[in-house]
Amino acid sequence: MSEQITPEIFDHLVDLAALELDAGQAEYLRKQLNNQLKAIRELEAIPLGENIPISLHGVPYAAAESAALREDEWHLYPDAKDILAQAPQLENDTIVVPDIPHTTLK
Amino acid sequence: MELCDLTALELTRLLRQKKTSAVEILTSTLQHIGQVDGRSGALDATVTDEDKEKVHSFITLTDEMALKQASAVDADLAAGKDPGPLAGVPFTVKDIFCVKDTPSTAASRILANFKSPYTATAVERMQAAGAVMVGKVNLDEFTYGSSTESSAFQPSTRNPWDTAHVPGGSSGGSAASVGAGEVPLSLGTDTAGSIRQPAAFCGVVGVKPTYGRVSRYGLIAFASSLDCPGPVARTVSDAAAMLQVIAGADPHDSTAATTAVPDYLSKLEGGVKGMRIGLSPDYFRITFPDPKTGELQEQALPKEIEASVRHAADVLAAMGAEIVEEVPMPNTRYGIPVYFVISRVEAASNLHRYDGVKYGLRTKQPYTDLRQMYKLTRNEGFGLQPKLRILMGMYVSAAQYSEQYYQRALKVRTLIRRDFETVFDPAGSYRLDAL
Repeated sequence: MSEQITPEIFDHLVDLAALELDAGQAEYLRKQLNNQLKAIRELEAIPLGENIPISLHGVPYAAAESAALREDEWHLYPDAKDILAQAPQLENDTIVVPDIPHTTLK
Repeated sequence: MELCDLTALELTRLLRQKKTSAVEILTSTLQHIGQVDGRSGALDATVTDEDKEKVHSFITLTDEMALKQASAVDADLAAGKDPGPLAGVPFTVKDIFCVKDTPSTAASRILANFKSPYTATAVERMQAAGAVMVGKVNLDEFTYGSSTESSAFQPSTRNPWDTAHVPGGSSGGSAASVGAGEVPLSLGTDTAGSIRQPAAFCGVVGVKPTYGRVSRYGLIAFASSLDCPGPVARTVSDAAAMLQVIAGADPHDSTAATTAVPDYLSKLEGGVKGMRIGLSPDYFRITFPDPKTGELQEQALPKEIEASVRHAADVLAAMGAEIVEEVPMPNTRYGIPVYFVISRVEAASNLHRYDGVKYGLRTKQPYTDLRQMYKLTRNEGFGLQPKLRILMGMYVSAAQYSEQYYQRALKVRTLIRRDFETVFDPAGSYRLDAL
């Protein structure tokens, strides 16, 4: 059977994922991806009735077991400096973001 | 026998009887760690022959913080205050949980310099119960693995019973730190066996609680609909005592169930008499992807494993349980493909946040713009397993394949769930208490 993820599709995925791989990594990962797709192919053959709903979790979340959502209110974080201290680059308590490339949409 | 050889419940009882102190327990623990653990995992470390003789559970030893906590427990006791149900009990934390002001690395280069500004709920509850955190332990990078070898922090953890073997994973540091007698308790996580499998490899007790039983707040996410924090312990009673402490609703996590937490310890004393415990023929076969071709294969369990399970059933029957044979779990065989799809989609989504902007690694290489910085940072920061999950998750959730893979996997999860609902239904034919 031909490979589902061709080198062209793989390169497109890598770009979308904002990764940059060397040749050895690319070869290994593309092979692994095609192998994993074989393992999930069985899903397509499972008979599913039209009314089978999706499950977002392995357990049901009835109202009695679910926490009420908090009010959508903003609160000042007490230790903003602790968060800012984690930023790779800061200027005047502001996180520095490199130039954003602009693309002309067709 | 040293203090570090005792169980969590024995330690806390001695402490309350004032036959020892939290600082004495901690001192014994740190001495034992010093004897058996070897150096902690670090980036770019070369593994030596000497390293191969040690356990290497830790990424970060928090001994100074532990001494402060232990002293506070002793001060509470001296002042006549209740120091909590796990007072003075040392524990380790899988380094996938955030703990304020400590490195919280997920065993990944991309978070190697990250110090969390807050503490995970499960850790906070352990500390509030008087337990003393002695360090953060190793794991497979972002929990993606089952041997702990894929950690970016080397030497990775080794099996305390035979250091030529792996401890399992991804909670390998948790299971090894308990198995090596370093601590009686550890906090791990289980997404697809990551507590149960290393606990089995290291000969300790591991519990994967029901999803939602323990808050995920402060847990660095792998697959958000599957991740379950849970206890690793030396004894079942210790695991029950720990689950008692960490379980329950949490306003920081809307998926933490509000169902009341039972008294697990007193339930243990009730025994298994009258319980209906199922055996399924579908659990005596395993489905697995062929490591070379990827094709799904099915085979019978190794005979010695089946014999062990049947022996356990005989023991439970002798204690008064009713063993129910031939329980059908027909959709079990779809577990692997469903897991592959759902976990990869959720992992990819969760890993997109590591971009070198707000926290964690940012590349030191020159870059011209944001996009190039993303690529260089993520390539340097992620190991092969996170990259694989990102690519797979993006592919199977792409618009043109979503119906074929992701949406379908969510529906097959419904079938798997119905298998469980059927056999545990109190009004059904099987009415099981356990399977």
